[in-house]
Amino acid sequence: MFPELDLVILSRLQFALTAMYHFIFVPLTLGLSFLLAIMESVYVMTGREIWRRMTMFWGTLFGINFALGVATGIVMEFQFGMNWSYYSHYVGDIFGAPLAIEGLMAFFLEATFIGLFFFGWNRMSKLAHLVVTWLVALGTNLSALWILVANGWMQNPVGAVFNPDTMRMEMTDFLAVVFNPVAQAKFVHTVAAGYVSAAMFVAAISAWYLLRGRHLDIAKRSMAVATSFGLAASLSVVVLGDESGYLSTEHQKMKLAAIEAMWETEPPPASFNVVAWPDQEAWRNAFQVQIPWVMGLIGTRSISKEMPGINDLVASAQRRIENGMRAYAALERVRANPDDQVARAEFSANWQDLGYGLLLKRYREDVQNATPDEIEAAAFDTVPQVMPLFWTFRVMVALGFYFIGFFAFAFWLVSTGRIENSRRFLKIALWSIALPWVAIQCGWFVAEFGRQPWVIEGVLPTFYAVSGLSVLDLVISLLVFFVLYTTLAIVGFRLLLKAIRKGPEEPSGASADAPGVQADPAMLTAH
Amino acid sequence: MDVSMIPLDYATLRVIWWLLLGVLLIGFAVMDGFDLGVAALLPVVATTDEERRVMLNLVGPVWEGNQVWLITGGGAIFAAWPLLYAASFSGLYLAMLLLLVALIVRPVGFKYRSKLPDARWRATWDGLLCFSGVVASLVFGVAMGNLLLGLPFGSDPETLRPLYAGSLWQLFTPFPLLAGVVSVAMLLAHGAALLAWRTDGLIAARARRIGAVLALACGVLFALAGVLVASMDGHVIAGTVDVSAASNPALKAVEVVGGGWMHNFSRWPWMWLAPGLGVAGSLLAALLLWRGARVSAFLATSTAITGVILTVGFALFPFLMPSSLQPGMGLTVWDASSSHFTLWVMLLATVVFLPIVVFYTGYVYRVMRGTVTPESVSENPNAY
Repeated sequence: MFPELDLVILSRLQFALTAMYHFIFVPLTLGLSFLLAIMESVYVMTGREIWRRMTMFWGTLFGINFALGVATGIVMEFQFGMNWSYYSHYVGDIFGAPLAIEGLMAFFLEATFIGLFFFGWNRMSKLAHLVVTWLVALGTNLSALWILVANGWMQNPVGAVFNPDTMRMEMTDFLAVVFNPVAQAKFVHTVAAGYVSAAMFVAAISAWYLLRGRHLDIAKRSMAVATSFGLAASLSVVVLGDESGYLSTEHQKMKLAAIEAMWETEPPPASFNVVAWPDQEAWRNAFQVQIPWVMGLIGTRSISKEMPGINDLVASAQRRIENGMRAYAALERVRANPDDQVARAEFSANWQDLGYGLLLKRYREDVQNATPDEIEAAAFDTVPQVMPLFWTFRVMVALGFYFIGFFAFAFWLVSTGRIENSRRFLKIALWSIALPWVAIQCGWFVAEFGRQPWVIEGVLPTFYAVSGLSVLDLVISLLVFFVLYTTLAIVGFRLLLKAIRKGPEEPSGASADAPGVQADPAMLTAH
Repeated sequence: MDVSMIPLDYATLRVIWWLLLGVLLIGFAVMDGFDLGVAALLPVVATTDEERRVMLNLVGPVWEGNQVWLITGGGAIFAAWPLLYAASFSGLYLAMLLLLVALIVRPVGFKYRSKLPDARWRATWDGLLCFSGVVASLVFGVAMGNLLLGLPFGSDPETLRPLYAGSLWQLFTPFPLLAGVVSVAMLLAHGAALLAWRTDGLIAARARRIGAVLALACGVLFALAGVLVASMDGHVIAGTVDVSAASNPALKAVEVVGGGWMHNFSRWPWMWLAPGLGVAGSLLAALLLWRGARVSAFLATSTAITGVILTVGFALFPFLMPSSLQPGMGLTVWDASSSHFTLWVMLLATVVFLPIVVFYTGYVYRVMRGTVTPESVSENPNAY
């Protein structure tokens, strides 16, 4: 059946690859831009030169990372049209708007002022430069807002209706799209995760300097900024992530049931599977350890509401597929005779389930004639792979709590002046540097893989959304992206390491590599 | 929202968005065009590392913002012309991939090139930057040329799923290649004009000579392409069109007629202004560069770019992307747009934000004004 599944798999692989690469660099940009703005604000307010040097140093690392974010971001803007052309036609009327506004309102701001951030130091007043830095941070975060409005709409497509005359979804309520609760929850959760990654980045590199006894003046101050920022961010990311979970109950029940490996509907209040071994073939968990009540509290904020399990959700998907067949049949009649008002009325009554009808396209072209077996198979297609979702989600959550503990402890060490002597903790900090990225990639995996088989939840199946390309096209582009991105990532990573080893510029007279704590004159004025 | 409350009717909004598409394309070509041009000219205008750094740092503070014209242009096509976005980006898949490779190496090239002193490292990035400038300019021109020939695409009239029947190599036929060469000459001349204006010494002198030749070539080849277009098959909508109908390209018939791309120019003779500006701007730029003018030559190349892009838009109107495979499925201003409501919302967003963008972009250029010299480069630790 159209389109070929190989093409679908390769297209998904390419999107996953390019998006995950892009989102290695974006979180750091999101958070580090704010840290730069905070450091520079201290410089402007206190007039102390060391804070300018800090801003310059972390700014250098920011720049190396930013270039890769921009390079990989261009692809994101273009590949909806390149690889997902039916998607682009089907929902471009709604989905294109936040992307275009992102360019106009946010990316222009960020990219125009990033030049001044690097090139304007000696050409502007201190205050004007500080404003520029804040505008970069603002632009970066606004950019995330609009992208997540677009992504939020894929999870919870509000404010739109299907138009049989144009064969696509069309926007009816722009404000509903912008203030989509799922988009807003995703935005705050995602940027907070970015802040955690930047805080960890700065904390870990500062820890390395402290362990080596280098650049102590800058490392201690950076550690202080990073831990307080990181504590606030890690608390937010967990609290706001919980809000995402609550909203999933309303809008993406199947995703939530899969994350929790809840095969059967739990009587209220539902219990929470801390660990389990989901067996998709057997349709149950091989074993599970449960905490009573917790799932009900997270999912419904009550102890009296039910949480539907995968089994019941499949049954309800089946009903919606049958309804979708009616919508599809009515749509065929409208297409054959646009003046057929009876058909239009029937379509309007059932259009919400048209997407469920399209799930049958995997089995036959004329979906209105699907057999009961095909309907059942399509209903089972609505269940994502439970095992990877269950575990990536738990890795993410566990790391989220680790970050709270980490930053709370670090904050306490910094506040009591013990951080530089806590060598064991400094080593832990250094080795934790990559963990926020693990959590973030797990988070995106849960969000996007958990939405399958939908590219737009309940509206458009993923397999139906691809471009009419050849498998060869995809093999070529996948190879090109993989080789190019990997090469650039290695090059960028090595430049980062080099810049970190070199360290911040020292005030004139001091050696950049002055070893030894006692020898460093800056220590005397650090307190 | 009730569509009847929108103060502009659907057809008017479609024309406005056709114009805004032009504004974004011209904005991109004028603003980012010189970044591409300067990068492409690196090996020919500069002989030493110091000279190359002057060139890179001339565009260094502004190229990132300039590139957003392209990003926003892509987003605006997605939002305002989703069928065009879907059909062109997927149809030209491998050409787009080539363009993306050029655009991916550019940010990294600018930023990383001077981070290490190693000569081979720098030469590699310089080569890649030159590649990105030439390839991106060429692909844009080749795409424009292919638009005039019609692209081998169509769509399933039932689902409107875009279908494409061409290959990468079919895009590089003589006429599109000529258009590609015009584009390369035009953007490189534009870059040279910026170098002539805002650098001095040997760089400026070389840029003036090379720029004059390129601008002359652009003007002559553009005129030659125009002669070819005059005798080329053009697409014309048969019968009357409902300019306010729901967007569905399957509902019209299209005739392919010799010299069809000239119809608009006969119907609205003021449109001759566009090719006039293209040719005159190029020739004037050549003259001015040769005689050592600074700002005025840059204004002349900017005018030429505006004229060239408008010419293509005027010739095609109301077509956005004509189809050589199923002419009736060609995309036009009247049947490939977003809904009335989305066009309106996006217009409001543009009216609010585009002037703000222009305002702060002007501010950044003002802060960074002045001639770039080896001294100004070496005193900035963040310089490229």
